[in-house]
Amino acid sequence: MHSSGQTLNGSEIFFECLRRENVEYIFGYPGGSLLKVYETLYDVKDIQHILVRHEQGATHMAEGYARATGKTGVVLVTSGPGATNTVTGIANAYMDSTPLVVFTGQVPSTLIGNDAFQEADIIGITRSITKHNFLVKDVKELAITIRKAFFLANNGRPGPVLIDMPKDILNASCAFNWPETVEIRGFKPTIKCHINQVEKAAHKIAKAKRPLLYIGGGVISANASEELKAFAIKKNIPITMTLQGLGAFPGNHPLSMGMLGMHGTYWANQAVNTCDVLIAVGARFDDRVTGKIETFAPQAYKIHNDIDPTNVDKNVKVDLPIVGDAKHFLAAILEEMPEKLENLEPWLAEIQTWREKCPLTYTADDKDLRTEFVIDEVSKQTAGNAVVVTDVGQHQMWTSQYYIFNNPRSIITSGGLGTMGFGLPAAIGAAFGIKDRPVILFCGDGGIMMNIQELVTAVHYKTPIKIFLINNSYLGMVRQWQELFHKEKYSFTDLSDSNPDFVKVAEAFGCKTFMADNPDTARDAIKKALAYNEGPVFVDFRVVKKDMVFPMVPAGGSISDMLLARLNPKTMV
Amino acid sequence: MKHIISVLVENKFGTLNRVANMFSARGFNLASISIGETEDPEFSRMTIVTHGEDQIISQVVKQLNRLVDTVKVTDLTRQPHVERELLLMTLKLSKTQQHEIFELINVFKGKVVDIKQKSITIEVIGSPDKINTTIDIFKPYGIKELSRSGAVAIHRGE
Repeated sequence: MHSSGQTLNGSEIFFECLRRENVEYIFGYPGGSLLKVYETLYDVKDIQHILVRHEQGATHMAEGYARATGKTGVVLVTSGPGATNTVTGIANAYMDSTPLVVFTGQVPSTLIGNDAFQEADIIGITRSITKHNFLVKDVKELAITIRKAFFLANNGRPGPVLIDMPKDILNASCAFNWPETVEIRGFKPTIKCHINQVEKAAHKIAKAKRPLLYIGGGVISANASEELKAFAIKKNIPITMTLQGLGAFPGNHPLSMGMLGMHGTYWANQAVNTCDVLIAVGARFDDRVTGKIETFAPQAYKIHNDIDPTNVDKNVKVDLPIVGDAKHFLAAILEEMPEKLENLEPWLAEIQTWREKCPLTYTADDKDLRTEFVIDEVSKQTAGNAVVVTDVGQHQMWTSQYYIFNNPRSIITSGGLGTMGFGLPAAIGAAFGIKDRPVILFCGDGGIMMNIQELVTAVHYKTPIKIFLINNSYLGMVRQWQELFHKEKYSFTDLSDSNPDFVKVAEAFGCKTFMADNPDTARDAIKKALAYNEGPVFVDFRVVKKDMVFPMVPAGGSISDMLLARLNPKTMV
Repeated sequence: MKHIISVLVENKFGTLNRVANMFSARGFNLASISIGETEDPEFSRMTIVTHGEDQIISQVVKQLNRLVDTVKVTDLTRQPHVERELLLMTLKLSKTQQHEIFELINVFKGKVVDIKQKSITIEVIGSPDKINTTIDIFKPYGIKELSRSGAVAIHRGE
């Protein structure tokens, strides 16, 4: 470690700052503008650089790592195409509020604006998908800028921050000064909730006959699971979670109703429809949750706690906004709650009748393999304690339904942006952060091809991820919408003639592989995959082709429009 | 409803772009935007004129606050404030209408900033409403070109 006051060049300052931010891993890819940084990196031993095969992979890996650990993910890429390749990953992190700091190389300051080789205006490009971004114009500003970037990324509502570093800045020298404190005039997030508002909420909840907690990813970001458990269990209030909120409360607890929304459980959606007080915590009333705004929780007095004031009254007008950190809110509300509540047993009993009326089920036979079975089986074999990463599509929704998440930071999925190709790199990133629990990827045969190159990264670093390919030879979710809403015009969603032999592909990359096409072989393959820890294991689950995810509330629909099963049962094979 | 929002921002490159970009990315209406350095060179003040229902305006204000480079956001609409806009306008000048034009310039407390054989350039300062009226009244005389600054506004002192 270098000491303060010592003269260092820009790239030495860069690593010195990362050290002080306790960075363990950098996900990166070298290039012309970063040669000086990689020259310095050659002798850096205390920060591990993970070489990816595409810069998009680096951003998703950093996100997987950040989501699994709660730390800030760090990305390092070169200028021009290196920088533009990170755009999807940055947008994904922005939508799902994941703390990242993305460092991009830039052409020398004197050439900026001249259409220089490998120049891109990445500051302009990423303005609307970052919390903030910086162009470093003077080496003396580098340390404070990095300090500010980490501060911004993981304070308030987390998100990605980008720092663009021109080549000449990385070569220039100055006295290194690490700012112990950081002050940003325009950034003052409200952490503590207004206590009067919390009191009001407590009184409303105490009088409620049908209260319901609607929990989002903000509870996970705030590490507020313990506070949530204490509040909900003590007050006996049922809980539904968003896709990003799953795991905030144990899925196997009787108060948990699983996910709400488009592919939420029947009973969770009925409860939303019927509740008289809705307590939204760290959730943002996304359209995939609300469906038709006018009919969302129509009887409920709505309380909304979120750290980001822009989330309040954005989609749904609420009755009681409470801006602040979820951890603070949940601790404060428990304290403010009067001892005596309404008797909630009739409400819980009503929920139970819905649960019994329309449980999540699938028909299993011993011939055909269904995704629901695979996920259910993985959930059982891992006792709900794995870190589960998904890609985007049907398998993602089935994961939300059939994997029972018992711990926070256990589902890592692209919710807001819905990025196919997110899963594989995110799983690799998560596995760098989590060594004591299995990291499992569910990914479709469409999505796996969108970042398949990262198999090299997993093999090279012997990352023990379990890649469970849900292979139905279709872009299944799009196919489902085509069947339900687009006159069965299966336009460009059938991949059966064009998909490669995935087992061979994975073998060529150096993965351990298995194939399963019925429940017996699947059960066995899962067992073997979970036992294999020498590197990545890839299982090609050849599932039925035309299965559909139910329940489903069609986009923009109300709970009353919920589809519970296929209208015209057809063969799924 | 029209709203006038005053935003104190960090005087850094790209701040105007961040603000304008936020309006377009979120589909907010942006009628005018003007910006200049304040008494402290570290800050600039932006005056934004926008239209929308209360719920939209509340989102506009929150989204502006959320930008890291904005230091203070004030919706002046319902507070005592002074609002001014500068109009520069070049008119056709003909012998027959010369007197009328000069009289009107006086009525609007305008100034002649340039005069040529066939044209006259004037400046008028006033509320955006007054500027609208000025333009309407001068239209029949033949406007060759005009340029408006957009509104700037400030709180009334105590």
